[in-house]
Amino acid sequence: CYCHCECYSKPKGFFYVCIIYLLAIKVGCSVPAARKTGTTICGVVFKDGVVLGADTRATEGMIVADKNCSKIHYISPNIYCCGAGTAADTEMTTQLISSNLELHSLSTGRLPRVATANRMLKQMLFRYQGYIGAALVLGGVDCNGPHLYSIYPHGSTDKLPYVTMGSGSLAAMAVFEDRYKPDMEEDAAKQLVRDAIAAGIFNDLGSGSNIDLCVITKSKVNYIRPHDEANKKGVRTGDYKYKRGTTGVLTKAVTPIDLELLEESVQTMDTS
Amino acid sequence: MLGFMRGQPLLSTVIHREKMAAAPVMMPYFGQQISSKSDLVPDWTRQEVSTGTTIMAVEYDGGVVIGADSRTTTGAYIANRVTDKLTRIHNKIYCCRSGSAADTQAIAEIVAYQLGFHSIELDEPPLVETAANLFRASCYRYREELTAGILVAGWDKRKGGQVYSVPIGGMLVRQPVSVGGSGSTYIYGFMDANYKPGMNKEQCMELTAAALSLAMERDGSSGGVVRLASISEEGVERRVILGNQLPKFSTH
Repeated sequence: CYCHCECYSKPKGFFYVCIIYLLAIKVGCSVPAARKTGTTICGVVFKDGVVLGADTRATEGMIVADKNCSKIHYISPNIYCCGAGTAADTEMTTQLISSNLELHSLSTGRLPRVATANRMLKQMLFRYQGYIGAALVLGGVDCNGPHLYSIYPHGSTDKLPYVTMGSGSLAAMAVFEDRYKPDMEEDAAKQLVRDAIAAGIFNDLGSGSNIDLCVITKSKVNYIRPHDEANKKGVRTGDYKYKRGTTGVLTKAVTPIDLELLEESVQTMDTS
Repeated sequence: MLGFMRGQPLLSTVIHREKMAAAPVMMPYFGQQISSKSDLVPDWTRQEVSTGTTIMAVEYDGGVVIGADSRTTTGAYIANRVTDKLTRIHNKIYCCRSGSAADTQAIAEIVAYQLGFHSIELDEPPLVETAANLFRASCYRYREELTAGILVAGWDKRKGGQVYSVPIGGMLVRQPVSVGGSGSTYIYGFMDANYKPGMNKEQCMELTAAALSLAMERDGSSGGVVRLASISEEGVERRVILGNQLPKFSTH
């Protein structure tokens, strides 16, 4: 009976938050959206390794939160992972698996394999039943050659020669389906990935800014950030300031105001 | 958790999106996950990956023939057009996966581990019935959480070629022929009419290829290439039939 009254008197805790959320939407206020990487990410296997590519725009609803974020994450010296979906989820998931993989590598005494990273990622994402919104493109070179995987938030994976993920994935996949060939040279592969990401950047609103590339081969990793500044900020050609005298002055009266300067501090605005 | 409350506010978001977008992709709203109301990220990126699928398994004297299409979809987008749905569980035991890609991959990997461990303990190749029971155990125990329809097929020394069906819900039944997946509904009639006991391996291969082609033609969630495998005492033989080489049936 006491319990019954409690429920009816005032909503509490979690359900209270839900009701406020619904009211806010009804009234028309915007509720803060989780920051998502709208994103175009892709990867391609070429003759000597893999090339991973990503755009650099992070969105919060319809606003660009970060114009130059890094979506290609380090997993191990020979394995890198691009992340689409909820930015926090991709960041934390890749960091966790990177850490566990390093411990595993020390335990085995060997360079980690891409299949191991894939297993760890898919088992974690499956455990969380899709609530961790991380869609990943995992690529690397190990003792068995170059490998490329796409990993979905629910925990399913595909092992393919070329993959795309994110809101711009359809645009990027169109480029791949047209021009992919097995056993490409490094320069051709880089150009192909660059063009696929560019397709995503220019045709998808959730993707934009620059193109980052990561070329992984047996001997070295080339993390090129940025590879292509496809959306450089232009230089202003005009000015809104008018010359003194444009408007005619009839009378002028100057009254100085007595002010005492107490404290002065300068903080530069980030206009990057 | 938010499920029962989401109906109203998100409906209005969907309408708003359709008015805003210049060239909207008309997608019915399936979404079941918690997602931010971002208009920039289309629906299909948030949908679960499913093996729409047509799968089939046939017993013959001396082994089994299994087959599957190769399409994996997220909503209306084909995430993988060359999927391998014939998954190795042990040397001579394979399974055909249909339903949720994540669920079936996870179950298959768990069963492969369990069966591998069991086989090492036994110091003998495992029985197909054992593999089928391991699948059934997982699929039945977690029946509320899983969407997985699986055909377990293989060869062992005791009973030769066997096909076991573990559909959604976790039933286990042995059948001489079995089909599964969304495309299977279109070929039950073809199967009943054309399967005869006592067929040899090549006939089974042709029957499976023909049945899968017919299903892929009619079912939107099935397509790509036909993957076939035959499992017998000699070993496993895998084949791929590409789109242009599929048997052609035309209605007009």
